[in-house]
Amino acid sequence: MRAVNEPIKTDVLIVGAGPVGLFAVFELGLLDMKAHLIDILDKPGGQCAELYPEKPIYDIPGVPYTTGHGLVEALMAQIKPFGPAFHLGEMVETIERIGEPMFRVATDSGKLFEAKVLVIAAGGGSFQPKKPPIPGIDPYEGKSVFYAVRKMDVFRDKELLIVGGGDSALDWTLNLQPIAKRLTLVHRRDDFRAAPDSVNKMRALVAQGAMDLKIGQVTALHGGEGMLTGATVKGSDGALATLACDAMLPFFGLTMKLGPVANWGLPLREGELIPVDTASFETDQPGIFAIGDINWYPGKLKLILSGFHEAALMAQKAYHYVFPDKRLVFQYTTSSTSLQKKLGVA
Amino acid sequence: MAKITYIDAGGIARPVDGEIGSTVMETAIKNGVPGIEAECGGACACSTCHVYVDEAWREKTGEPSPMEEDMLDFAFDVKPNSRLSCQIKVTEALDGLVVTTPERQA
Ligand SMILES: Cc1cc2nc3c(=O)[nH]c(=O)nc-3n(C[C@H](O)[C@H](O)[C@H](O)COP(=O)(O)OP(=O)(O)OC[C@H]3O[C@@H](n4cnc5c(N)ncnc54)[C@H](O)[C@@H]3O)c2cc1C
Ligand code: FES
Repeated sequence: MRAVNEPIKTDVLIVGAGPVGLFAVFELGLLDMKAHLIDILDKPGGQCAELYPEKPIYDIPGVPYTTGHGLVEALMAQIKPFGPAFHLGEMVETIERIGEPMFRVATDSGKLFEAKVLVIAAGGGSFQPKKPPIPGIDPYEGKSVFYAVRKMDVFRDKELLIVGGGDSALDWTLNLQPIAKRLTLVHRRDDFRAAPDSVNKMRALVAQGAMDLKIGQVTALHGGEGMLTGATVKGSDGALATLACDAMLPFFGLTMKLGPVANWGLPLREGELIPVDTASFETDQPGIFAIGDINWYPGKLKLILSGFHEAALMAQKAYHYVFPDKRLVFQYTTSSTSLQKKLGVA
Repeated sequence: MAKITYIDAGGIARPVDGEIGSTVMETAIKNGVPGIEAECGGACACSTCHVYVDEAWREKTGEPSPMEEDMLDFAFDVKPNSRLSCQIKVTEALDGLVVTTPERQA
């Protein structure tokens, strides 16, 4: 067993499991490089999975029609032979160069990795919870206002306010209601987009008097030194009510923010894109590559097909870092038995 | 063409020409109007194109669809005149439309 905080060692570490990060596994795998992927989302697929799973895509070469979800499924099947390891629900926080090249990478949960090559496939940035623009919310964040539940026990015997009407809001309402001292769900309308089954369960709890439902929007917070004592809710009729609470969980969906990538010492164009060299899609730091929506070069197009091309060229250069003594022979999947063996078809 | 005026949270008005058949979101992005992010590119999947429709235009722009209403749950400071601008098609009838953008989208 791996001791706590002993780094996971891999050839290549891919930051971001969007379509481009996924396809990178394929191109690396053909060249015998093993990859681990980390994504803050709880599922692979990046924008395709989170923003438009049901929408059509018409411009994947050779695929006249697919959907965001369909493309992710197909990519997952395509990379299966290479057995990539996924670390989902984790944010890559820091990267540190410890060799030539060799990197040590840490996630927000404290997982450590050591990789010879880093591939940043961070797209439009990491998906992060939307923060409601309630004046003065900042000092409460992380102390009594939380955008995610890491440990349920934090909310035991608390007067809890959950804000939102989607699945996260309803799921956490049902999970935390039994342990909270009192729970109030605040939503702007008496209609919920969450799964009907959860909505029915919530309504039953309200009918039993086991929790409260308040229709309205939170407009102000009360308390001090980061600890909430109450929140003002404006009802749909405009009437203001103050609800006592000692913790609040707002669930307003996700938005893409560049996030930790900005702190990795890489130059950024217009504050958000990583310039790369178009021969290998390497950044100005040897061993760190950037592919997909996150990179910039003259003529860059933010298209999935461009990201796929970038992944193929990246893998050629990455090979020399991972296997410095080996010579790379160019091969086609159509005719190379050695490639077909790797794909499990020969 | 239909004239569309975007008023930002600070009260600055930006009138631009909208192409018939495009959306109020696309017209803003194309003309560099600030205050609309449109992260999902008009897929009704992000709610970062939230606008308030001027009272005089509410009837002509109509009510949000159930899908749009669901997505509005992820917007902030939602009011009865809230709409997602990617879901408002520019038509001749909307020539003169006035919308206000919220203080923050995300
Ligand atoms: C509505 C819509 C329709 C589109 N239609 C098309 C189309 O038809 N054709 C086309 O080619 N393109 C289309 N695109 C664009 C396409 O989706 C993007 O080009 C593509 O998703 C980019 O892939 P990516 O892997 O580079 O990044 P993304 O898909 O953005 O994935 C990046 C991932 O990295 C993660 N991440 C970032 N930083 C960190 C970190 N520090 N730690 C952990 N995880 C991190 C993010 O959470 C994210 O999951 C569309 C986009 C949208 C929004
Ligand atoms: S642009 Fe995303 S919902 Fe309108």
